[in-house]
Amino acid sequence: MDRLPRWADIALVPLVSLALAAIISALVILSIGQSPREALSVMVDGALMSSSGWGYTLYYATSFIFTGLAVTIAFHAGLFNIGGEGQAQLGGLGVAVALLTVPWPHWSVALLAASLGAAAFGAAWAAIPAYLQAKRGSHIVITTIMFNYIAASLLVYILNDVLRPQGQMDSASARFGDAIRLPTLDLIPGLNLIFSKGVPANVTLFIALAAAWGVWALLWRTRLGYQIRAYGKSEPAARYAGINPTRIIMIVMLLSGGLAGLMAINNVMGEAERLLINSASGAGFIGIAVALMGRNHPIGVVLAAVLFGFLFQGGAELGLWTKIPIELRIVIQGLVILFTGALNYMVERMLVRVFALLRTKGVA
Amino acid sequence: MDYADLLQLLDSTMRLATPLLFACLAGLFSERAGIFDIGLEGKMLIAAMASASVAFLSGSVWVGLLAGIGGALVFSALHGIAAITFRGNQLISGVALNFLASGISVLIAIRLFGQGGRTPPLTGGARMYEITLPFADALSGVPILGPLYANVISGHSILVYVAVLLAPASWWLLYRTRFGLRLRAVGENPASVDTAGISVTGLRFAAVAITGILCGLAGAYMATALQAGFGREMTAGRGYIALAALIFAKWRPIAALWSCLLFGFFQAIALRPDIVEDILTFKVPVPALDALPYALTVIVLAGFIGKAIPPRAGGEPYVKER
Repeated sequence: MDRLPRWADIALVPLVSLALAAIISALVILSIGQSPREALSVMVDGALMSSSGWGYTLYYATSFIFTGLAVTIAFHAGLFNIGGEGQAQLGGLGVAVALLTVPWPHWSVALLAASLGAAAFGAAWAAIPAYLQAKRGSHIVITTIMFNYIAASLLVYILNDVLRPQGQMDSASARFGDAIRLPTLDLIPGLNLIFSKGVPANVTLFIALAAAWGVWALLWRTRLGYQIRAYGKSEPAARYAGINPTRIIMIVMLLSGGLAGLMAINNVMGEAERLLINSASGAGFIGIAVALMGRNHPIGVVLAAVLFGFLFQGGAELGLWTKIPIELRIVIQGLVILFTGALNYMVERMLVRVFALLRTKGVA
Repeated sequence: MDYADLLQLLDSTMRLATPLLFACLAGLFSERAGIFDIGLEGKMLIAAMASASVAFLSGSVWVGLLAGIGGALVFSALHGIAAITFRGNQLISGVALNFLASGISVLIAIRLFGQGGRTPPLTGGARMYEITLPFADALSGVPILGPLYANVISGHSILVYVAVLLAPASWWLLYRTRFGLRLRAVGENPASVDTAGISVTGLRFAAVAITGILCGLAGAYMATALQAGFGREMTAGRGYIALAALIFAKWRPIAALWSCLLFGFFQAIALRPDIVEDILTFKVPVPALDALPYALTVIVLAGFIGKAIPPRAGGEPYVKER
């Protein structure tokens, strides 16, 4: 079989997958009696045509960069971490514990403490499935899914019976306080020229970008990264080369859970400023789509995260201004995962045919 | 806890184990043929939506049942195309189809009924009712066994009995028929099946279709018998628990029956905080009970299965030699 040119493999395959997902989404919108054209214009208007729209798009993208990186790093070790959702919720708990136990004087030290708390709690939640995979052979896909459900129940309990302040009705922790509020993009000199009104996107965006660079450097510039990728390519070969599988599984899953947990500094500390029920609101799952769409490379993850930030913000606008239910987002998410992750071979075959056709025409 | 409580617990065990058993056997056929399927959850969900909607609109639960099977078969076909025809990653395809089912089921339910993603409550012929087995009343006077027969064995919808009978039927199909031998072979060593001149693709699609039918039964049971209608995300992880039960049963049909009854029992306990408190002598928070089936699933997977060896060719697309 002919091979695709490298640029087509990297750029065209995800774009064609996305186009296929978009076409089917349009058919879905038509089938529920709505107009895809109107839907697209509402989404673009709400997410991309104003600075406040971009403020939301980038805010969601920040979360998705973290969860996308979490899935990516696990994929490179051949592990499928579906537990990002639960790990992100536990990360939120880590943020709440770090911020509510110590009265931090300034947001910068508070951010450091919250990041450590978020990463530690997220990593701890991933550690148990990782250990069970490494030592007992329990399938990590199933255990991480179970841990999502357990995390949800755990947080319901903690937010109702432990962290809820006396006299408060809704199940949520106390507020973290104004003293440690993270600067949003409209408060940062330079960026405030673009973002005039208050937006939820905040300094966490830069931490997310730094994390993306860190994951790239780890995977492609260190010995450990090489071992991780070698293990992911072939376990027997890695074992033969003296790479310890238990060590790789544990390290990778701790990093993955830590990255998913770090998402909480964006939504819990940066936006809600207290811990709420279901704080991750699906971002952990979107990480799967982001990683696949981004072809498991940090640069791709960042780009795909912005795309999904657009879909998420645009989808919310759909729920507000049209009769299209907000669940359309989940449909698009499923379609993107299907085309980029499972039907990628079909897309590649299609493109190879197209290229062959173009070539013969060029000759004739 | 007295005998009446125990009977009630076992009664709900039977009800709750049924969708697990359908889904578990569904996964068994697929995985025995070498196709991993973590999309059981989504297939159950779409079947629940389709069966409840059509049962409501047609007034007949049996038409609804067929629609549920049809809905699950569509998703099975998608999984087959991705996993068999295009040799895609089977885990990812399953995850994708779960999201797709989660979104589409709500979209369609909103479009049809406009009730926030639920179907209206099913009544009359649109609902599947319990049947009473012969002599249930006459024997209920017999000490211990009488109430057991009348309350636990008798008085379920027909699908409960179908599920229980499907376990030995699956055993017979897999271990006593030519089709079953080939299906197991295709999950262990597809090349040998191919060499014998039998279509690997055909066999795997047949297995995936059986999976669809069984998931359809599971979803239809949930929406028309266990509950009276469809609600968003109503399967609540049962597809994954069924997979855990399948691993616990080491991919064997009769063992699947027992492991699903065990997991059904876990779910039944979670519904009775009073009994749990009675046994443990202290109050257990409700969220802990909600998490119980999932936590026990992890514990079972971690500790008690010994060595569970999956079908050897599971998850690997088959590439024909040229």
